[in-house]
Amino acid sequence: MKKAILGKKIGMTQIFDEQGNVVPVTVIQAGPCPVVQKKTVASDGYDAIQVGFGQQKEQRVNKPRQGHFQRAQQSPTRYLAELRLDDAANYDVGQEITADIFQPGDRIDVSGVSKGKGFAGAIKRHNQRRGPSTHGSHFHRFPGALGGVGPARVLKGHPMPGRMGGEKVTVQNLEVVQVDAERHLLLVKGSLPGIRGALLRIKNSVKAQ
Amino acid sequence: MKNEIMDQLEKSQMKKDIPDFRPGDTVRAHVRVVEGSRERIQVFEGVVIKRRGSGMNESFTLRRVSYGVGVERTFPLHAPKVEKIEVVRRGRVRRAKLYYLRQRRGRAARIRELRP
Repeated sequence: MKKAILGKKIGMTQIFDEQGNVVPVTVIQAGPCPVVQKKTVASDGYDAIQVGFGQQKEQRVNKPRQGHFQRAQQSPTRYLAELRLDDAANYDVGQEITADIFQPGDRIDVSGVSKGKGFAGAIKRHNQRRGPSTHGSHFHRFPGALGGVGPARVLKGHPMPGRMGGEKVTVQNLEVVQVDAERHLLLVKGSLPGIRGALLRIKNSVKAQ
Repeated sequence: MKNEIMDQLEKSQMKKDIPDFRPGDTVRAHVRVVEGSRERIQVFEGVVIKRRGSGMNESFTLRRVSYGVGVERTFPLHAPKVEKIEVVRRGRVRRAKLYYLRQRRGRAARIRELRP
């Protein structure tokens, strides 16, 4: 069954497991996410629920959105997102999704917007290798050859310098190490995209069986 | 810059009974070792040659010369595997990282005892 929730990246630390081994974990503040709107095949052409996440002052919410929250009788949230769950029909407006939908040992996929790197060269952006630093070399960090003389043009998609980061990244098959339902925390093994405080979408992994 | 939630999480994992010890001190670490199904305590005594990191991430390295071979072991300070840390002797040293001990043998590798 599909499960999903919104969260905020809080930061990384390490904890000890039962064997006493160190496990690197990322702490996520996951939920609570109130259901703000239900979408159905009849009214919208597909089944989904719209959930909110994070607190927001009323004065920061524009009028149309205020109305939207009022209709659902929910206090305004900072983010709104649609989750296309199989059992979307079973949810009611006002119901809350909390972190305890996941158990320790579950596998999850986490999406977020990665840290922006600005205009990055081919070495950082495409993992190309650099040239020699010394021995008369003047070829240090250039992107290298752009192709043969044959096509008389550079082929599309050729690795070149440019804007890097600041795009949606999904990390798959991460292990849930701890769930703290009271404080709405998920501890996930490994690193996650984005800055601290970034919005994350957490769902159960497509790879896990 | 640490978050309040992170602080609480880390505090709950940290030990509270760690004695005060510094690089140069000789320390006995009681390490829990699992052999098959049996668990026993192994004692590793050595000179603290470094302490690094802070909070939950702090670790320390012990060095001893065993049968003419230098052995260094690094432990996370708050590891549950380290049952107990005992300070055997306080040493007087003038730097935080005692890597120079690796080049020294025998009498040259001595550390003067700290007199209070």
